[in-house]
Amino acid sequence: MGISVVEVSKRFNDFIALDQVSLAIPEGSLTALLGPSGSGKSTLLRVIAGLEQPDTGQVLLNDEDVTATPARERGVGMVFQHYAAFKHMTVYDNVAFGLSIRRRPKSEIRGRVHELLELVQLEGLAQRYPAQLSGGQRQRMALARALAVEPSVLLLDEPFGALDARVRKELRAWLRRLHDEVHVTTIIVTHDQEEAMEVAGQIAVLNEGRVEQVGSPRELYDRPANEFVMSFVGPVNRLGDTFVRPHDVELLLEPDGETQEAMVERVVHLGFEVRVELVRDDGQHLQAQLTQEQAEQLELERGQIVYVRASRETAFSGGARRPDLPRSG
Amino acid sequence: MSRYVLRFGVLGYLALVLLVPVGFVFYRAFDNGFAHAWHAVTTPEALHALWLTLLIAAIAVPVNTVVGVILALALVRGRFTGRGLLNAVVDLPLAISPVIVGLGLVLLYGRGGWLGGLADDGLKILFALPGMVLATMFVSMPFVVREVVPVLREIGTEQEQAAETLGGAPFQVFRRITFPAIRGAVAYGVVLTTARAIGEFGAVSAVSGNIEGKTQTLPLYVKAQFDGFDTSGAYAASVVLALIAIAVVVSLRILQPKEQ
Repeated sequence: MGISVVEVSKRFNDFIALDQVSLAIPEGSLTALLGPSGSGKSTLLRVIAGLEQPDTGQVLLNDEDVTATPARERGVGMVFQHYAAFKHMTVYDNVAFGLSIRRRPKSEIRGRVHELLELVQLEGLAQRYPAQLSGGQRQRMALARALAVEPSVLLLDEPFGALDARVRKELRAWLRRLHDEVHVTTIIVTHDQEEAMEVAGQIAVLNEGRVEQVGSPRELYDRPANEFVMSFVGPVNRLGDTFVRPHDVELLLEPDGETQEAMVERVVHLGFEVRVELVRDDGQHLQAQLTQEQAEQLELERGQIVYVRASRETAFSGGARRPDLPRSG
Repeated sequence: MSRYVLRFGVLGYLALVLLVPVGFVFYRAFDNGFAHAWHAVTTPEALHALWLTLLIAAIAVPVNTVVGVILALALVRGRFTGRGLLNAVVDLPLAISPVIVGLGLVLLYGRGGWLGGLADDGLKILFALPGMVLATMFVSMPFVVREVVPVLREIGTEQEQAAETLGGAPFQVFRRITFPAIRGAVAYGVVLTTARAIGEFGAVSAVSGNIEGKTQTLPLYVKAQFDGFDTSGAYAASVVLALIAIAVVVSLRILQPKEQ
């Protein structure tokens, strides 16, 4: 059950958007496709929706091969980055669109639309036009519209990408709660690792048309399969052949054998967290993340010499493609 | 200060180029009194010319509207080789003189032309309604296309794709999503097409044979009256022509729903 993508490839002229991608998405899950722009995440979503035809490979929705099925018969709900609101229709008519296409009775449509508007907290705005809504309201309307046809799969293409940071955060939390309520199998495409980690139960990291790793947010963060995943799911310092997260960098005032010397370049206070930017004598830059308390104890100043040690570091053997268990320091 | 100079400059230019000449036609139409003008436009020949003009427009405008919307969709959404060429061909009627279009039709359908034999089979194209409709369709073809293309580009495909995922079949998506978005542009294109169809002289003149009471449209009638030294009759018919054009513009303004 759920969604299966089997060895899907797609190219646009010379550009390989998807390269033999296989992915299983369990029924009822909320999965994020995470990757930089051009990684193929949106193309993969559009292939699942049926808006793009793969060159090779198959798409299965609930064990049924839908590769040749047109988008309108797949029973998917899709939400676009720029809302794709039907500008000439009211909020009510936007949400009712899928049902009226299916020629459902008027009374049934009315009940369902109001139920959905309540779910997305737009009850009072049914007679407004999209131009009279804020970005966040428009996107919630788009979500209600997609849910109206009771899709077996909900596909969200960078749904919060066009919204400002505060609204984005609110909607993320709201989407998480909504998913707990409606349980529809959901895929969200995003380039924002924080968004993916906050919202999704499972994350697939894509890069250059390939799936680099699939796992829970915790797995990706703690056991990244390779350098790309490690650096994409959070900030990272490279120390020779090993990688260290800024919060795993320890700063000491005295050397103790396994430490390395570094000079404080800048101390950035971000509330509870303090970010220290350092440069080693070989010219390599690194970042350390401390709590305010730790920073105060060290009395760090620009130009000061400190001693650096990694409390935990990760190495990838070979061509950075095979996973390797991290060593603990 | 310079703002006013610019404003009056533009208004003065418009007056000189557009309003004054048309105004004079209206003024001179009633040189010999209203009765004479009324008589001039109610002769059987004049009424037939009016009827023929409206008939030609009634055929050419709907055809060009439907074809124009399809062409615009093909030009913006289509992915086929020769799209650039098609785009250039659509502008051809704006680029070449209508008389040349008329002569082209004469060569094609006339004696010895590729399709000249049609006349012998009883389908008379030249010096008859079909030829005049063809000439009018040719010259008024680009307007709907050129109005609709930029709007289609601007609205993009996301709304259509959203409608598709919601279960919309291609024609349903067109009728409920695409068409409402381009309706204003189509209406404006129809106005321009109609105005052009009603006013066309050169191309129609070349293919009509200009037979009074048979193949004479209103613009041809105006020219014939003018050549026959009935200037006030010519002006009166011109006024009728102008009033139809104004009526088209105004009626579409009224019919068009208010933009949200």
